Amino acid sequence: MTINATSQYSNYHTKVARSRATSEPIWIRWLLITITLLFLSLFLIVPLAAVFTEALRKGFDTYITALVDPDALSSIKLTFIAAAIAVPLNLVFGVAAAWAIAKFEFKGKSILITLIDLPFAVSPVIAGLIYVLIFGLQGWVGSTLIDHDLKVIFAIPGIVLATVFVTFPFVARELIPLMQAQGKDEEEAGLVLGASGWQILWRITLPNVKWGLLYGVILTNARAMGEFGAVSVVSGHIRGMTNTMPLHVEILYNEYNYAAAFAVASLLALLALVTLVLKSLVEWQVARNASNLEKTFS
Amino acid sequence: MINNMAKQKNVLPGFNLSLGYTIFYLSLIVLIPLSAAFIKTTELSLHEFWAVVSAPRVVASYKLTFGASLIAALINGAFGLLTAWVLVRYTFPGKKIIDALVDLPFALPTAVAGIALTAVYASNGWIGSWLEPHGIKVAFTPLGVIVALTFIGLPFVVRTVQPVLQDLEAETEEAAASLGANRWQTFTKIIFPAIWPALLTGFALAFARAIGEYGSVIFIAGNVPFVSEITPLIIITKLEQYEYASATAVAVVMLIISFLLLFAINGLQWWFNRRATTSH
Amino acid sequence: MSIEIRNIRKNFGSFSALNDVTLDVPSGELVALLGPSGCGKTTLLRIIAGLESPDSGSIHFHGTDATSQQVRERQVGFVFQHYALFRHMTVFENVAFGLRVRPKETRPSDAEIKRRVHELLELVQLDWLADRYPPQLSGGQRQRIALARALAVEPKVLLLDEPFGALDAKVRKELRRWLRRLHDELHITSIFVTHDQEEALEVADRVVVINKGQIEQIGSPQEVYDHPVSPFVYQFLGNVNQFKSHIHEGLADIGGIGIKLDVHHDTQNSPALAYVRPHDIEIHKARTGDAPAFEAIVSYVHAIGPLVRLELQRADQTELIEAELTQERFRELGINQGEHVFVYPRNVRVFLDNPPLVAKQAT
Repeated sequence: MTINATSQYSNYHTKVARSRATSEPIWIRWLLITITLLFLSLFLIVPLAAVFTEALRKGFDTYITALVDPDALSSIKLTFIAAAIAVPLNLVFGVAAAWAIAKFEFKGKSILITLIDLPFAVSPVIAGLIYVLIFGLQGWVGSTLIDHDLKVIFAIPGIVLATVFVTFPFVARELIPLMQAQGKDEEEAGLVLGASGWQILWRITLPNVKWGLLYGVILTNARAMGEFGAVSVVSGHIRGMTNTMPLHVEILYNEYNYAAAFAVASLLALLALVTLVLKSLVEWQVARNASNLEKTFS
Repeated sequence: MINNMAKQKNVLPGFNLSLGYTIFYLSLIVLIPLSAAFIKTTELSLHEFWAVVSAPRVVASYKLTFGASLIAALINGAFGLLTAWVLVRYTFPGKKIIDALVDLPFALPTAVAGIALTAVYASNGWIGSWLEPHGIKVAFTPLGVIVALTFIGLPFVVRTVQPVLQDLEAETEEAAASLGANRWQTFTKIIFPAIWPALLTGFALAFARAIGEYGSVIFIAGNVPFVSEITPLIIITKLEQYEYASATAVAVVMLIISFLLLFAINGLQWWFNRRATTSH
Repeated sequence: MSIEIRNIRKNFGSFSALNDVTLDVPSGELVALLGPSGCGKTTLLRIIAGLESPDSGSIHFHGTDATSQQVRERQVGFVFQHYALFRHMTVFENVAFGLRVRPKETRPSDAEIKRRVHELLELVQLDWLADRYPPQLSGGQRQRIALARALAVEPKVLLLDEPFGALDAKVRKELRRWLRRLHDELHITSIFVTHDQEEALEVADRVVVINKGQIEQIGSPQEVYDHPVSPFVYQFLGNVNQFKSHIHEGLADIGGIGIKLDVHHDTQNSPALAYVRPHDIEIHKARTGDAPAFEAIVSYVHAIGPLVRLELQRADQTELIEAELTQERFRELGINQGEHVFVYPRNVRVFLDNPPLVAKQAT
């Protein structure tokens, strides 16, 4: 229920030619633009700028030192590991769920869609908590795990699980409406031409939704790398072991090591900016394809 | 739900495999773990459960969480509508960048948002130092909680209202103008009724997201019990003291409220879509 | 390859899409399934292709039961109503698809694929579009590419769902003549679905008229047009005037004039409906001979194009009668709006009106 609300690929950038009757006087226009920019500056631009200024406040050397610190490096590594596992898992799930939901009719479909949305509605803290309840020392399978010398909570598997949970719906929510809109004509055509199920999936369905897929992956990855609350509950904050980048930022911050905290935070902020750029590129690409289509149709 | 898998008349392959995997994975990652929370609370008697979830400190946290979330969602409702309007209707330099930047709260890790907002709104920060002389303290007060929740909820209203505003036909506005309506009348009588379901949906999404938010709030809130302590933090605190059952009890209260909100939002969107399709 | 369809039934929920349909399509014929939308014709086509499965009944290809065969095994070519071209593939790759997805043992070499695809593109006269993408093509071009793609797998049967439905009038006419010529060249058993009677009558060897999930009539275009077996077929194939009528001992009464019938000699005073095509309405300024006629007033004249359309109002009734005559005949008659004329219906077809409750009471 979160980001998918945004991602219907409409091209927001088309200029709408408006007649005088349906536009406002110029002073009202600029007043509204100014208020909007002021609001966005206070809440978005200034905080974003603050991350980089704070990171470089004590000079570039301190900045680099904070980043090459072994604990920082290990947190970067863990963040990438968690994302590298969570993204493919949720990608496969998203494709499977979208295939079932978009191409077939069955009872309980809308309930299924709502259930897929559940992780969006759950507080990240609770997402962490439920895995502690199952895999923790007192948990359902905790003692079995100890017998086999396996650790989930306060270890990497727990972090991966929590990450998978919070990013669970992203790809599915991106693909379902897209694949529903495309119908199943092309898949049926492939079938009549003798293609097998996998051939249809690889050669027809997936190429058709590649931009939506990429969009979903970008969102999943951003959230996976940035997740804080859920991971914080299951991680145990063991330095150099179970700290992801956001957790490392917290530890440094709580130790009043602001420059180092903001240095690591600036990496995450860069990641966010890269995400926004990629996201915009995908949106523009989709909008361009759509307007190409329109040109040929008209 | 497996019982509901009616025999497919559709000839496309892979239904059983894809739906089977979907339900299996959904159960494994989401449904079974979530049910653990509900089962865990049965360790408490009803009386104990009530004592935990109605303790004064917990109740104070509900008030803060829901109150701040509501105010933040209202702020986002107003400014989100304005932002969507400006982005759709007007042109100005840097518009594309601003448009892309609206999604920053989705992309920026909450912990980073938390420390950045704290740095900016602390009494020695860029904006905080400017507000301090006027007697306004943001960081480490409930006001800080509202600021953080406004930040993380900002894209929701913009992104739900924007496409609807984009699709509005200029002709209806021209018709209104030709019938003698002024701009304000056209907005209140023609435009607003068309976008308010989207506005409401965006508001509900921002509200739901704010209730569960943790990362961006804890840095700026100061976390003073009874004053600036949010409910998710209560859960963490109880967990750190190994009070699993009572942490879960509070979590269950939040879960139920979140589920109700989710159903309300899905209902809203269903109603909204139906309205959109029948009106064409 | 012939197709035999036996007692096919198909329900969607409580809606009966096909109700006991039996049909033989001889090898090499081009057959039209004609009917209004929702009559079940597309469902029948999809059942033949294997895209839907029937609730009961069977499909045979050249005598072999294919009912339980998968779509992939049936070797049918299917042209979808909206073409269903693969958007992300070039025209060339679209046509090559069916060859490329074959298992390794039966897959032609790349050179062979290339040769075959270009051969097909030449057949549909679009070789120069090989590198384009479907969105860059016009509707008529897409249609022909969809056909080339279907033919690439050397289907034994070609099925086309409303092949000209999405095209504008001019392209539509061109393409259907082209399809006819193509069929005469290839002689592949083909079935196409249409709701346009003109299209069915012009293109097909045989027309199957379907209504409400049942076959109303099967026959050559000439047969179904000249000898419709039911009021539905009469009304569906071209314009027609309908009269309330009575049949009594082989004589039909239409607005006071009696018309002798070859049938219904034993029928006693039953309500019936009579049909006359507009071009079978003869008009005279004065009564001529003793053929049955009734008086009417010319209420409207539409004289643009080769045919003149008249609306006639009978003196005793509010019903309007539509008549068509050539410009030549119209000038010869020299009639104007508002004038009195005598109307001579020819080739009147009379059907007993269902339900025959009244007839039963009379006997």
